[in-house]
Amino acid sequence: MDVRLRVWRQENAETSGEFETYEANDISPEASFLEMLDQVNEQLNATGEDPIAFDSDCREGICGACGLMINGTPHGPQRGTATCQLHMRKFDDGEQITIEPWRATAFPVLKDLIVDRSAFDEIIEAGGFITANIGSAPDANATLVPRTAAEAAMDAAACIGCAACVAACPNSAANLFTAAKIVHLGLLPQGQPERYLRTVAMVETMEEYFGPCTNHGECETACPKSISIDVIAWMNRDYVAAQWKNFRKQGQQV
Amino acid sequence: MRVSDVVTKAGATATDASVLDPRIPEGPIQAKWDQHRFDVKLVNPSNRRKYDIIVIGTGLAGAGAAAALGELGYNVKAFTYNDSPRRAHSIAAQGGINAAKNYPNDNDSIFRLFYDTVKGGDYRSREANVYRLAQVSNEIIDQTVAQGAPYAREYGGLLDNRSFGGAQVARTFYARGQTGQQLLLTAYQALERQVGAGRVQVFSRSEMLEIVTKEGRAVGVVVRDLVTGEITSHSAHAVVLATGGYSNVYFLSTNAMNCNATAIWRAHRKGAYFANPCFTQIHPTCIPASDEHQSKLTLMSESLRNDGRIWVPVNPGDQRPPNEIPEADRDYYLERQYPAFGNLVPRDVASRAAMRMIDEERGVGPLKNGVYLDFADAIERLGRDTIEERYGNLFEMYERITDEDPYTNPMRIYAAPHYTMGGLWVDYDLQTTIPGLFSSGEANFSDHGANRLGASALMQGVADGYFVLPATISNYLVDWLNVDPVPTDDPVFVEAETAVTERMERLLSIGGTRSVDHFHRRLGHIMIEYCGMSRSREGLEKAIAEIAALRGEFWRDLRVLGENESLNQSLERAGRVADFLELADLMCRDALDREESCGGHFRVEHQTDDGEALRDDTNYAHVSAWAWEGEDTEPTRHKEPLEFEYVEPTQRSYK
Repeated sequence: MDVRLRVWRQENAETSGEFETYEANDISPEASFLEMLDQVNEQLNATGEDPIAFDSDCREGICGACGLMINGTPHGPQRGTATCQLHMRKFDDGEQITIEPWRATAFPVLKDLIVDRSAFDEIIEAGGFITANIGSAPDANATLVPRTAAEAAMDAAACIGCAACVAACPNSAANLFTAAKIVHLGLLPQGQPERYLRTVAMVETMEEYFGPCTNHGECETACPKSISIDVIAWMNRDYVAAQWKNFRKQGQQV
Repeated sequence: MRVSDVVTKAGATATDASVLDPRIPEGPIQAKWDQHRFDVKLVNPSNRRKYDIIVIGTGLAGAGAAAALGELGYNVKAFTYNDSPRRAHSIAAQGGINAAKNYPNDNDSIFRLFYDTVKGGDYRSREANVYRLAQVSNEIIDQTVAQGAPYAREYGGLLDNRSFGGAQVARTFYARGQTGQQLLLTAYQALERQVGAGRVQVFSRSEMLEIVTKEGRAVGVVVRDLVTGEITSHSAHAVVLATGGYSNVYFLSTNAMNCNATAIWRAHRKGAYFANPCFTQIHPTCIPASDEHQSKLTLMSESLRNDGRIWVPVNPGDQRPPNEIPEADRDYYLERQYPAFGNLVPRDVASRAAMRMIDEERGVGPLKNGVYLDFADAIERLGRDTIEERYGNLFEMYERITDEDPYTNPMRIYAAPHYTMGGLWVDYDLQTTIPGLFSSGEANFSDHGANRLGASALMQGVADGYFVLPATISNYLVDWLNVDPVPTDDPVFVEAETAVTERMERLLSIGGTRSVDHFHRRLGHIMIEYCGMSRSREGLEKAIAEIAALRGEFWRDLRVLGENESLNQSLERAGRVADFLELADLMCRDALDREESCGGHFRVEHQTDDGEALRDDTNYAHVSAWAWEGEDTEPTRHKEPLEFEYVEPTQRSYK
């Protein structure tokens, strides 16, 4: 199949970018979207043009490195699918495809389709963990975890940190990402001692970089792991509770 | 400790230069680790902040080590070429992690996990290391549960287990098909906590391109910033390489696109011995390649073999769709050939059996390059819901890639390069032959012998990172108390930076006609053909000649556009492929040198009457550790003899 690409090209964070058009011909419908881009890059290299820079690593939808805005939709047309798992059979022969990087103030473009998502690491650094020094853990079966809690925690923990939620949001909010981690840890008994402290620290760090959530729900639609926006309600409830709860009486650190 | 201290010249011949001492503690195997932890020289808590440690790689073995060392109070710098530590390829491990908890009450024990791992590795691993791994396995589960890994649970709230290949007990803990993801996230989160505490500095999009040594010991690294191209030096008291395996030497593998051998290969060139480079694992359950532009192969977790049945048509060339082939015309060849273990034979055995089916022209799918993995019986027995709960995300991944529904059609699977048991030679303390240079996880060679059992890679990564390295590294550090790291303006750093800069310039200035991927693909073809699932003297000799020719062509005809001083992905890949071209040669030499079959190393000249790997314990019960002798000089093989006091080597039988 043949497709025409409109691709965002930008030298680095300091320069402005623009769309360039490329023809991708004789592409197998069995090829993945990124393999199609690989082939375009081979052609560019052969003709002496700088190949298109894009992030990708595992190419099986779990590392979260890849992420392209495809025809205005993060990760493209297939629901619950990261860019690397999208295949060309989902496009029509002769189709024009527009490819852009994630667009958000918190994610400066480093080159072409690559953005800097390090603000996500800072949210985790602020509190997205359970303080359990290595070597100090009790027997794994000493604490019972209701199966439903483990399963719901796993649903939230499936987040791959790709940032499609931010790219999809008209406010560039990172609430789905932040809430997924808060819910993952907050549902488990092991996460209780730091629950409210964690929520406050993560939410406030998030707000330094990202816009506010106004319940559009675009993030849920864009999420390659189909994480439900229910987690945002859960996070908001805990954040509000953290404002009035007497931490010391709740056994929580201040 | 200097290289000369480890190497004692016993019975040296031209090809058998010396014998390596792994410095295994004395005493019964059950007591070695405890005794060693008592004997290790300690750095007291208030002195730890005086030490700088560099960790390269932020997978389980790297992020785990960096977090653990930070918690202990050392100053840690952690480097990753990814944009975040959370992307490391440990994240892609699916099926689970082994531990000897014996929660299911099926006669498991530390000794049994040790025994299964030594046997599964076809008696080519170091007993003392494997026993330690089995001991530590239980602490891993405790620790990661405390850190919030959402493992699968029973209704009563206790942990669930499933079984994996090469074992007759259920000892695998899992978080759906995303166990690696959940474990890596706990390590990443622990790492970020230390970043917040000021104990660890993370350098993302930074690739290590040279190890720096001074007077025989590791003193730092040279790193390229992948965004700006800036080349900088970092010095420390010790360096840890936790940079994973080298399956991408085959081009198509289950590894992530950026996985590479550059860090360990650069270390090798600076004096670190490379152990058992030919021990590679070709995993039996991956989605077969579909076309020539394929960029990678996707694993389907071995856990699927718990419920899936593997078969091919009895008759070669049977074109009927799978659901129209009656039972009588199906050959469940693993169940037929290995009734005791059935579909759960170890990976090397399953892969070779599949290869034989393809060779007999009984392969299935459009390219006849797969075998069926069929869930129809399991769905009938357990219901679709149960199968969906156990493997839902894997089935979905399969559907995304192939556009086929595995609930109604059997999956097609085939073998693909997946894991490398070989790696940097390390002693019991995980120290390489360069003092001050340590290696943890898949990057070292130590625990899996000639074949790794399923769910053991996560176990080793976490064990090395969280528990072993933080306990042993003080043995080296203690001698450098109050000695400042070598300053980065020292000539050794200046020279190393110059060498890196010149190498980048050299790659950019070739000005040829072919892309990096072109050479990488061709290297992959040579390696999978001659140094893959089956190897022969004739094939390996041919491969060595072809690799040399390809390497010459690479340096004459490569085209890398752009410049060093910007984000340049072709340049990144070019350096990695240049190193793969050298490593490939060593892999073939090692495979040629090892005149036996064991585990994943199958030399066609050495097989039993029924086609199983035939070991030669008289001549090859050793680790081959290769020393770099220069670009145009053949490497030297050193040996570490393997002694089996607790598990008697036998012909492995899974029948």
